[in-house]
Amino acid sequence: MAGSPHEGLPATAGPHTVLAYLIRRLFAVVIMVLVVLLATFTIFFMLPKWAGQDVAVLFAGKATGVEQLQGIRIKLGLDDPLLVQFWDFVKGIPMGRDYANGDDVTHCAAPCFGYSFRTEVPVWTTLKDALPVTGALAAGACVLWLLGGVATGVVSALRRGSIWDRAAMTTALAGVSLPIFFTGMVAMGLFVHSFGWVHIADNLSTDDGIGTWFQTLILPWIVLAFLNAAMYARLTRATMLEVLGEDYIRTARSKGLGEGTVITRHALRSAMTPILTVFGLDIGVLLGGAVLTESTFNLPGLGLAAVQAISNKDLPVILGVTLFAALAIAVANLVVDIMYAVIDPRVRLG
Amino acid sequence: MTAPLQEPTKEADPVAAGGPAVDSGVKKVEGRSLKQIAWNRLKQDRVALTGGIVVLVLVVVAVFAPLIVGLLGHPPNEFHQDMLDPLTNLPTGDLGGVSSDYLFGVEPNKGRDVFSRIVYGARISLLVAFLAALVAVALGTLFGIVAGYFGGWVDALISRIMDVLLSFPQLLFIISLVSVLPDDLLGLTGSGVRIAVLVAVIGFFGWPYVGRIVRGQTLSLREREYVEAARSLGGGRTHILFRELLPNLVAPITVYATLMIPTNILTEAALSFLGAGVRPPTASWGGMLRDALETYEHDPMFMVFPGVTIFITVLAFNLFGDGLRDALDPKGTR
Repeated sequence: MAGSPHEGLPATAGPHTVLAYLIRRLFAVVIMVLVVLLATFTIFFMLPKWAGQDVAVLFAGKATGVEQLQGIRIKLGLDDPLLVQFWDFVKGIPMGRDYANGDDVTHCAAPCFGYSFRTEVPVWTTLKDALPVTGALAAGACVLWLLGGVATGVVSALRRGSIWDRAAMTTALAGVSLPIFFTGMVAMGLFVHSFGWVHIADNLSTDDGIGTWFQTLILPWIVLAFLNAAMYARLTRATMLEVLGEDYIRTARSKGLGEGTVITRHALRSAMTPILTVFGLDIGVLLGGAVLTESTFNLPGLGLAAVQAISNKDLPVILGVTLFAALAIAVANLVVDIMYAVIDPRVRLG
Repeated sequence: MTAPLQEPTKEADPVAAGGPAVDSGVKKVEGRSLKQIAWNRLKQDRVALTGGIVVLVLVVVAVFAPLIVGLLGHPPNEFHQDMLDPLTNLPTGDLGGVSSDYLFGVEPNKGRDVFSRIVYGARISLLVAFLAALVAVALGTLFGIVAGYFGGWVDALISRIMDVLLSFPQLLFIISLVSVLPDDLLGLTGSGVRIAVLVAVIGFFGWPYVGRIVRGQTLSLREREYVEAARSLGGGRTHILFRELLPNLVAPITVYATLMIPTNILTEAALSFLGAGVRPPTASWGGMLRDALETYEHDPMFMVFPGVTIFITVLAFNLFGDGLRDALDPKGTR
């Protein structure tokens, strides 16, 4: 998790400190993305070289002719030093980029995340097409799991040791022990193929009517939410139990506040901090592609795009998706850091 | 601090510390080490014990896989086309061809013995999970203890690195890494390369989790009197780090390592499911589910066996790990 949430925040902060804080956090996000980009670059451009493989072949496929390979080498600038290649790539994101080999120029408009030599399609186009699917999947699932998981955890903590608590925690433990691709297949097998309750479309779009769109997404939402709700329930229960033992809860009770107020306004508010940290990371990871869920349900999101790119050995697409995923996580972290100030009264931004 | 794992609260208590008990007519109190206390607690925790037994059985199955398959199954890569319906290529008979000869039935399309492949799959799954946890614990302990003890810029640097690694899109990263690496590397061939790569990457992305815990514990331990005593007696850095601090970190590290194994099993299964695990025809649970994705509408049993196996394995490790954590918790009351 991106550092301690309260890091660097003075107790008394004016508006200037808020701005300074935001700038510092933004700076950290940029650094983070550059590090991921550099690491990704090393994996794709340096590792194969060290392992004795031809990077141009990895990009274009084994069946490519010698001249074409040479062309790709020049177009991609594979003979340039790594840092030059790195800089060209980074520059391409805001500026766009021309891959040139003499007269053979391929233009990649900004934001240029690279260019697939297999499909002749800019990576950004692939990302743009896949993002709404992943977004819809993530949005539905995260609402379900956040509400379900936190509610279950709170009730379990309040009724510690009751039958409800034990049942909920057993289910949660089973939930975190199940591989999501198995749960997904079982759900599909039962509700789509055996009972026929859910009708799914081959391709997720709202063209077939909102009903079909909804039905196609309902199982992925539930399956993804179940796994995460199990984790959140465990986390919420543990945090709530810890918080409920704190002195300020006793103070709140003894000054005559109602139990509802004590739980929601005092206990839950403080228990939300660690949950929010995890939530931010999870959303970030999810927006970068729910790889397993999308593969199981054949949803054409970012994760499936990456997996397909990997089996086609279409490296630029993998590079683009990985970078985008890192960006999503970094931004989610930033948003969480700002949200802390809203939720946790101990953090003051001004 | 020669005896590792001594419970701190008991130290202060001369009666419990094993000294001669003050004979006040009450029952004589014997000194018990944390190890003994933990073992006694664990023995009473039926759920955790069940988990532990299942884990043991699985380890035995993995170690003696050739023997078990020799007695109860068929070689894992032997095709049995005669067990399949020639029209649909699905197993003949009920429940995916389950019989006394084929305990878990046969695979659709290829007709390989599912039981044998599950048994051999346990080897890959457990081997990768154990070794990856070992890598993660070794790296995490080293960096965590160094960061926590030295503080300052060392701590800042290591903590930053851990933050960055924790917010990596790990799964994407691992699959892309595995996909660009060649099949023979550093003199290893066949499934050996993939196993080594899986252990390395899963372990590498796991160490920051251990590192953070060890760092936190070290931060609180380094101010203790016994560390100061060791320092004032002239103990060197290495001595303090590995002779004084490390023994006191064994309990949290053990718990975390145990709880890391199930996560690693799930990761390995996920990677195999995505086609980035060990290469076919080597059997792996995730790989079987990948194959089952094509036929599960018609032959659900081929999906159920590997899926339930993963579930039971991961659950058993989780139950045992949770029990171990409760048993080693110095604040625990049981």
